[in-house]
Amino acid sequence: MNILNNLRVAFRSLTANMLRSVLTILGIVIGVAAVVALLSIGKGATQSVTSRVENLGSNLISVSTRRSFQPGVVGDTSATLLYSDYQAILANVTNVRAIAPVYSSGAQVIYQDKTSNYQVTGINEDYLTVYSYTVASGRPLLASDNESQSKVVVIGSQVATDMFSGLNPLGRSLTIDKVKFEVIGVLASKGSSGFGSGDDVVLIPLQTGYTYLFGSRARLNGKATLSSISMSAADANSVNTVISEVETVLRGQHGLGLNDTLPFSVSSQAQALSTLNQVTSTLTAFLGAIAAISLIVGGIGIMNISLVSVTERTREIGLRKAVGAPRRAILVQFLIETMTLAIIGGVFGVLLGVGIAMIVSISGVIQASITWDTITLAFTSAALVGLFFGIYPAYQASKKSPIEALRYE
Amino acid sequence: MIEVENLVKTYKVGDDDVHALDGVSLKINEGEMVAIMGPSGSGKSTLMAILGCLDTPTSGSYRIDDKEVGRLNENQLANLRAHKIGFVFQMFNLLPRTSAIENVELPLIYDGVTPKQRNEKAVEALQVVGLQDRMHHRPNQLSGGQQQRVAIARALVNDPAILLADEPTGNLDSKSGTEIISLFQKLHKEKHLTVVYVTHDPFIARHTERIIHLRDGKIVFEEHVQNPIQAGTPRPDEEIDSLHGNSDLDVEVAA
Repeated sequence: MNILNNLRVAFRSLTANMLRSVLTILGIVIGVAAVVALLSIGKGATQSVTSRVENLGSNLISVSTRRSFQPGVVGDTSATLLYSDYQAILANVTNVRAIAPVYSSGAQVIYQDKTSNYQVTGINEDYLTVYSYTVASGRPLLASDNESQSKVVVIGSQVATDMFSGLNPLGRSLTIDKVKFEVIGVLASKGSSGFGSGDDVVLIPLQTGYTYLFGSRARLNGKATLSSISMSAADANSVNTVISEVETVLRGQHGLGLNDTLPFSVSSQAQALSTLNQVTSTLTAFLGAIAAISLIVGGIGIMNISLVSVTERTREIGLRKAVGAPRRAILVQFLIETMTLAIIGGVFGVLLGVGIAMIVSISGVIQASITWDTITLAFTSAALVGLFFGIYPAYQASKKSPIEALRYE
Repeated sequence: MIEVENLVKTYKVGDDDVHALDGVSLKINEGEMVAIMGPSGSGKSTLMAILGCLDTPTSGSYRIDDKEVGRLNENQLANLRAHKIGFVFQMFNLLPRTSAIENVELPLIYDGVTPKQRNEKAVEALQVVGLQDRMHHRPNQLSGGQQQRVAIARALVNDPAILLADEPTGNLDSKSGTEIISLFQKLHKEKHLTVVYVTHDPFIARHTERIIHLRDGKIVFEEHVQNPIQAGTPRPDEEIDSLHGNSDLDVEVAA
């Protein structure tokens, strides 16, 4: 019995019970649609998180104090990042493209009658390179600004909008904690990173900050301290080498042995990214698994209806066997019926799932990523569900004895 | 061609064994036309099912063309049903929602015959049973007699050597029944087909050359009919007592 004939028989029997077939298919449609929609949305979320993190800067490594380290111990220089650490790293660590010492502190920023609180960050000339900022207008901070301790400031696009509301900020003066700074540059927007905006930054030369702004907060036993040190490895392959070199330098600087716990975290963006990716892929897999459950429920529906159909058509099975149908032919006939249900369900499920993903994208909640992989996976799963849940009823049909089947009432 | 020896078929009903067939031996030669008679429960349908390879005996031997059927596996039995035997049922057993010609084509589908050849052979078989102008009717658009003729066409389409029929006229009025028996006689005569049918009607039985009488799963006796009735001959006013009433029947008691 060839496929074409089987398909014709399958369609005839499925259309004979139209409502029943449609309801059975609906189970698969919902399952497949759920798989397609949830996987697409999950993938979309992963991609958006990844691109935002990558946007922070490439091959980024940052050193910061572990906040939970030795609580209550104040004045312990071994646990505080110092400007001298930066100098040591700069002098000893190779394969670094750019390295920026960072001291960050909240401050009041005033322009005319507008007052706002921002995180004011003292930086050097490498900072913009490390974080992949570009200057939209004006100029970046230069090494000479630090040397001369100029009172100049570079602001993020959000700060420019908020403080100057449409005016060109260049050349205007901002009062930061009572010290006047001249705006020399405005950064291009980076968009939201999901971890606070990269556009509401106020950047000043670090040395200017130490002298005029941060005061004693930035001093520990007379030494200049840092919030963090950010650097950019020369290339992706040298990230791990740089991390271990930095750790060695820090141990030396703070008099720590190899077995002492380092009170600083030295982490790369790649690590953060892989952690994030792990989280989002776990989430996607989880969503997919939930969707798969509904697909399995749909499969059980197929199996149920198929068993009913086998029972109803016992006499037909008996007759087919009486005229010479071998077991295999009966098995294939019923399998093709369940596969037909599953595949029709798969087609409509993919369409519905893609539709849902598109609506979600259009609504702007999340940009779903619909890939052929997802569609193929969902469709194949549907066909496999049809095959798996069809085998038992088909087997039941094929093993009926012809005479008993013919006499079935 | 058909040889049955000491055939036993036992069914379990609750804790009891019911002997549907209790040691049946018979021989049917090629080209013979035979009727099997007996009251209900005599085992005649069970015997037919075994002869048609639809059922297997509990014990005993069944040979077709000197080949032991009991030793065949399920697929070989299916093959035998497809090629050697045409089976006609009391209830017609046509597929619903399926045209006459598609019903007739059914055995050929399992035989791997091409669609074109299937169609040709099915048309031919429907012509033999005189339904060439009803080919695309569905079973529910056909009379009982017509449905049984479609079923006969289906049984004939693979050119079997043996045509078996279990109460083929049982669900038909006498006119349609006569048409069916007439068809059997024609096939028997013209195609030299071996025809075996079960009936409980003595008049229908006497259209054959030999009548095998079953009772309680055993062959009671066989009678050879000297002058088989030609289909179309009107039924006598009084029912013929098939067992004892006619002296012109050559009565033989089976062993």
